[in-house]
Amino acid sequence: MKKFQFGDSPADQIAKFIAAQMMNRRRLLQVSGIAATTAAISACGVGGSSNNTDEPTEVEDLSDTEKVVDWSNWVAYIDVDEDAGTNPTLDEFAAQTGITVNYIEDYNDNNEFFAKVRPLLENGQSIDRDLVTPTDWMAGQWISLGYAQAINFDNVPNKANLYPDLLNVSFDPGRIYSMSWQGGYGGLGWNKTKVKELTGSDQLVSLDDFFAPALAGKISVLSEMRETVGCIMSHQGANPSDFTSDQFYAALDYLEEQIASGQIRQVTGNDYLAALESGDIIAAIGWSGDVAQLGSDFQFAIPAGGGILWTDNLIIPVGARHKKNAETLINYYYEPEIAARVAAYVQYITPVNGAREEVAKIDPSLVDNPLIFPSDEDLANVKPFMLLDADTEKEYQDAFQAVIGN
Amino acid sequence: MQLIPASAKATFSQPLRNGRSITPYLLLIPGLAWLGVFFVIPFFSLLITSLMRPAGDSVLDGYVNALEIGNYLIALQDYWPVFAKSLLYAASATLLALVIGYPLAYHIALKGGKWRNFMLVLVIAPFFAAYLIRTYAWKTILADDSFITVALNALNLLPQERILNTPIAVIAGIAYNFLPFMILPLYAAIERIDPRLLEASKDLYASPGETFRKVTLPLSMPGVVSGTLLTFIPAMGDFINASLLGSARDKMIGNVIQSQFVIVRDYPQASALSFILMTMILVIVFFYIRRAGTEDLV
Repeated sequence: MKKFQFGDSPADQIAKFIAAQMMNRRRLLQVSGIAATTAAISACGVGGSSNNTDEPTEVEDLSDTEKVVDWSNWVAYIDVDEDAGTNPTLDEFAAQTGITVNYIEDYNDNNEFFAKVRPLLENGQSIDRDLVTPTDWMAGQWISLGYAQAINFDNVPNKANLYPDLLNVSFDPGRIYSMSWQGGYGGLGWNKTKVKELTGSDQLVSLDDFFAPALAGKISVLSEMRETVGCIMSHQGANPSDFTSDQFYAALDYLEEQIASGQIRQVTGNDYLAALESGDIIAAIGWSGDVAQLGSDFQFAIPAGGGILWTDNLIIPVGARHKKNAETLINYYYEPEIAARVAAYVQYITPVNGAREEVAKIDPSLVDNPLIFPSDEDLANVKPFMLLDADTEKEYQDAFQAVIGN
Repeated sequence: MQLIPASAKATFSQPLRNGRSITPYLLLIPGLAWLGVFFVIPFFSLLITSLMRPAGDSVLDGYVNALEIGNYLIALQDYWPVFAKSLLYAASATLLALVIGYPLAYHIALKGGKWRNFMLVLVIAPFFAAYLIRTYAWKTILADDSFITVALNALNLLPQERILNTPIAVIAGIAYNFLPFMILPLYAAIERIDPRLLEASKDLYASPGETFRKVTLPLSMPGVVSGTLLTFIPAMGDFINASLLGSARDKMIGNVIQSQFVIVRDYPQASALSFILMTMILVIVFFYIRRAGTEDLV
């Protein structure tokens, strides 16, 4: 769910936005093309299955001869030396281990990335990646479909540094196939000055404030089902980590009303940040780190009813040719000192125990940043979205897309 | 003049003599191959996909070939309002483009003089910027604090007190993006009108209005028909304008097809929707051309 971290200039924003959209279009073409071709070629059809006859074949690990790792990650999700245009921690990894990282920022959207690589994975072909960084629920799909390889933790002794809370996650109990990369919240972000003009207070405490008539036509919600519906469910008193179908549809009905009445102006992906900056919207359901980076005019808060906690996770896809190198890299980023350098730059929650002390050495003011080191109070108020099986996922997603006009 | 070697001349004239050259057919191959690979094959595989049914109770079982006509019924039943909305937006945008484009094409063709080529370049100039950049720029042009919105609001002309994220923005965006496709055929048609016919009309005491109605407009009809088609057809399937400039209430059928393919991953449903869209456009175009009485043009 890590989205763009926009630069300062409007040109930068436009460029990034367009890059994202171009990718969307390209993906769409590819997906339809792939769907169509598969249909023509094979009688067993598209959208295939885990019990497909083409089980992923064993691939030889070339790690010892080819000192590279191919890693797909979200845009701007790692430390950058802005003057040199390099990624210091990646360079240091290369210096330490002799392994070069092909760091590819093409993980733009969970569903799109999955739609793109799935036909290959299904046919047991390599996707030419040794590491990918899906969000928790999507990582769950990779794992349950058998598209992720079990990590050999002999190569990752730093697994011990994973925060205990993150060990027994629902999508990968005990962490067999995945390790967290970074995490964050879905909650409320707003423009303090403009909210004050309209409501008299510069704070939005709960979703009641957010859906107040004073903000009609001035708010947006995310096109990510989990954040938007999850926040509304929390507001309605349901538990996003454990809810019934009725509770889901009750939240969806609420969302539909807010859209139909015009209270919600737009349902957006990344571009809510640009709209917040231009003033076309003044409050949004958005992501913590993104809003934090807009500057002091803006504020992010977990709504009183509760917000959504998500993590993005490193997994090794089947067919990866440099598995051991990938494991070496995971181990490297679980060094508290290295994790601290990444967290200090990207301002998302680090999963590495001990990073706090290291961050203090870099910039003591960051230790108190609740977006990097969540308080217990914050953590008590956010929930990860319940893991959905594939059929429920499709049903809910279909209903959600219909409500947001797609 | 012996510039052309005798041998070359011979090979060149040979096929002309017996009139059974295979060269024209060879020249057709790239075009046909293109059509075959990028239209015919995808067309049929889309058709096959649109008729698939789930292989089992779970989506994980995938889909199998079938003759599931029900996909079409469900698609129509669930999404007919979106089809209707898309039709309305595309038709409005086409009309708007015609109203804006006709006077401009007329002016360039008949009054352009030495500026004619320059003005034509200006018409095409927006194409130098990418489609998405242009559409994104409209977000700024129509933003709430832009002078257009502020001015229209001052006159109380906007029911929602804004332009961005309303149907107006979507229609305006489509009309703007496809305007050159309207202007160029119009220009080509108007430019071909013999100016002596307009003079004759004047000589016969027709008012300027009558000249336009009885001479210029009928003679430019081929341009009107092809311009409206070139605008309407892509406008029907557009999803960029609706997703950037519209709100959740203003989405078009292209948005639905995209999300069904990429997010919901219901390939048969998405394919059925695409097919309905294609059929709809085909039927509309068919009746439109019949009615316009210009079958010989297309």
